[in-house]
Amino acid sequence: MVKDAIFDEMHTEAGGVRPHYQAYAEWLAETPPDSIVEKRNEADTLFRRAGITFAVYGDETGTERLIPFDIVPRIIPSPEWERLQQGLRQRVTALNAFLHDVYHDQEILRAGRIPAEQVLCNVQYRPEMQGIDLPMDVYAHIAGIDLVRAGKGEYYVLEDNLRVPSGVSYMLEDRKAMMRLFPELFARYPVSPVEHYPDLLLETLRSVAPAGVRDPVVVLLTPGAHNSAYFEHAFLAQQMGIELVEGQDLFVDDEIVYMRTTQGPRRVDVIYRRVDDDFLDPLAFRPDSMLGVPGLLTAYRAGRVAISNAIGTGIADDKSTYPYVPEMVRFYLGEEPILQNVPTWILRREEDLAHVLANLSELVVKEVHGAGGYGMLIGPLATQAEIEAFRLRILADPARYIAQPTLALSACPTFVDAGLAPRHVDLRPFVLSGRDVTMVPGGLTRVALREGSLVVNSSQGGGTKDTWVLERASC
Amino acid sequence: MLSRTADHLYWMARYTERAENLARMLDVNCRMTLLRQEEDITRKRWASTLATVGQIDAYLAARDTITQDAAIEWITFEPANPGSIEHCLDRARENAHAVRGTLTSETWETLNATWLELKRYKRVAARRQNTGDFFEWVKFRSHLARGVIQGTMLHDEALEFTLLGTYLERADNTARILDARFELLMPAAAEPDVAVDYYEWSALLRSVSAFEVYRKVYRDLITPRRVAELLIFHEAMPRSLRHCTNRVHQTLVRVANARSGETTRRSGEIQASLQYGRIDEVLDMGVRDYLAAFLSRTSDLGARIAHDFLVSEATV
Repeated sequence: MVKDAIFDEMHTEAGGVRPHYQAYAEWLAETPPDSIVEKRNEADTLFRRAGITFAVYGDETGTERLIPFDIVPRIIPSPEWERLQQGLRQRVTALNAFLHDVYHDQEILRAGRIPAEQVLCNVQYRPEMQGIDLPMDVYAHIAGIDLVRAGKGEYYVLEDNLRVPSGVSYMLEDRKAMMRLFPELFARYPVSPVEHYPDLLLETLRSVAPAGVRDPVVVLLTPGAHNSAYFEHAFLAQQMGIELVEGQDLFVDDEIVYMRTTQGPRRVDVIYRRVDDDFLDPLAFRPDSMLGVPGLLTAYRAGRVAISNAIGTGIADDKSTYPYVPEMVRFYLGEEPILQNVPTWILRREEDLAHVLANLSELVVKEVHGAGGYGMLIGPLATQAEIEAFRLRILADPARYIAQPTLALSACPTFVDAGLAPRHVDLRPFVLSGRDVTMVPGGLTRVALREGSLVVNSSQGGGTKDTWVLERASC
Repeated sequence: MLSRTADHLYWMARYTERAENLARMLDVNCRMTLLRQEEDITRKRWASTLATVGQIDAYLAARDTITQDAAIEWITFEPANPGSIEHCLDRARENAHAVRGTLTSETWETLNATWLELKRYKRVAARRQNTGDFFEWVKFRSHLARGVIQGTMLHDEALEFTLLGTYLERADNTARILDARFELLMPAAAEPDVAVDYYEWSALLRSVSAFEVYRKVYRDLITPRRVAELLIFHEAMPRSLRHCTNRVHQTLVRVANARSGETTRRSGEIQASLQYGRIDEVLDMGVRDYLAAFLSRTSDLGARIAHDFLVSEATV
């Protein structure tokens, strides 16, 4: 489906090994294939025993799916990461500035840099948040920014995840597994550590506590053991040494949030929630939600409790907002964006619409509120009839769609049944914003295990790899 | 600690302990059947065991005859039996899963591995040929879980509620096992100082790992009186009612909160009655009546613990 040459993370176009993969290639050549098969099985056992699973918990047969873990690391040279880190810091700072602005004076809308009706009529815009002041003016304390490489290896931001981004536990567990399985590789590579992520996260959460709270009580709010990311919720709560609570464990009295404990009620100052906005408070949002805490929004608006990420961050990671992020960087920071967006046509614009309609068979068209590949046209894979049907849907309401070129995602060698083969990868670094903007080097590398597949989502057979950011340039 | 977390830990421990005691009960029955293979005795023995676990009616509604294989299957894997070993290990693991962040990773991995292995074993077609190994395995997985919990978890409230679950469940189970044996082996008029059936009584002792302990404590013949005395009143015997209620009471004193005063008083009352009670009074009253009263007091205690600590009300 993709005509351009695919950028290979390990090999050059001429077939040689890139310098930062040289030591790995040597190790691979020295290591007997049997031993590698053995290590792959061992990895499987490690993950299964630790119960590092995804989704389908509570299935009647009791099956739990493992996220496939690939033992070939994704290696990023130090200068490359330095630049990514600058770009991520810049982008997330701008996104937070945008959120603060949208929920206060709306200068960017008044300046006409983003169409006002597109923001204010969006379901992700929460009028409840208008005029509320948050500690440090930060909304998205935890951001997962999805990066892909295309063409000759240029990085692009594919999307910003600012609601409840997940996957960081796999980043940490993948590293743990790699160090246990291949200690000798860590002797050959100066891999930057990521294990302090939970400390950084806790520090970030504590820094956004309501003013005047000296030793804030932080909790992690989970939808419960049946949620697909429950492993991660439990893992992070344990690593940070905070309580893992469900909605039923919390209650609000006189605008103060308490948790029920064996010694009576205890006040809660910061809630790291892994529950969507809609389910947070049945009195304010979905009345049928059993996952939330009645009265939470009132306590939040009164500034008696911090919620992380803030309510209403969805307006900044909506697909209709995405094309304007570079503009935010210029508007709020007066800088040129370091990280590029994937070129995007906004179909509410007439000239974009005309171009897209003329080139449907080569483009990817996305519904702005759709998620997980729903309501999407992948032109090169679609039949003529599908394209024509989609054309009618676009014409009925062009503002609902954006379009992008079909990207040739980069590929990284991956163990599959037939041996080592290139598979498409992406990268999700986790950016923390509180008093400072911080991140651990790297992030979660997701890999599409099916040949030719571009889908890296865990729910659709994607796997993960350990991501190595090298500490020195010379490797 | 969160009330819900305490609740999960408490039930994780109770279900683990219950699975162990079920395995102990089944194991002893199987050994006895090897010694005495008369059909009616075997049937009677398994009927009594099914009654002890509260499953005799459900079993007879589903099966025509009582056989050893069918009874074992019923108590270990029958889906219709909510108290099966499989069900207990499912629940133990489910409760652990709900609070895996509170457990050490070794604890969670132990319970998870037990569960995974159980599911694998269930699929083994020839599993009926080596039930003894299976019961032994269940017992040792419980030992392992307890050891990992005590050896790796912070000795804080989380451990207290785990212990509370373990000892309350064990007190209940020992009482039930003892009651079943007295029903089976001791007609009301029988003489408590004469050992009627050495093998049956020694089997009871073995089922609670008390055979060697008995020898050590009494250095004498096995009589029903001494068996009852050992399992009810012996302070240092880790599965005796007295030992278990001591541990329950001590734990309740340590975790006491503003509303648990009455619960602590009642556990103290039970503990005192075992500390100062004598076997003669029990025999006068009738062992089975005594145990029935004990079971109703422990179940009252369980309900009070749930109310005071595990399901807090919505008010401040």
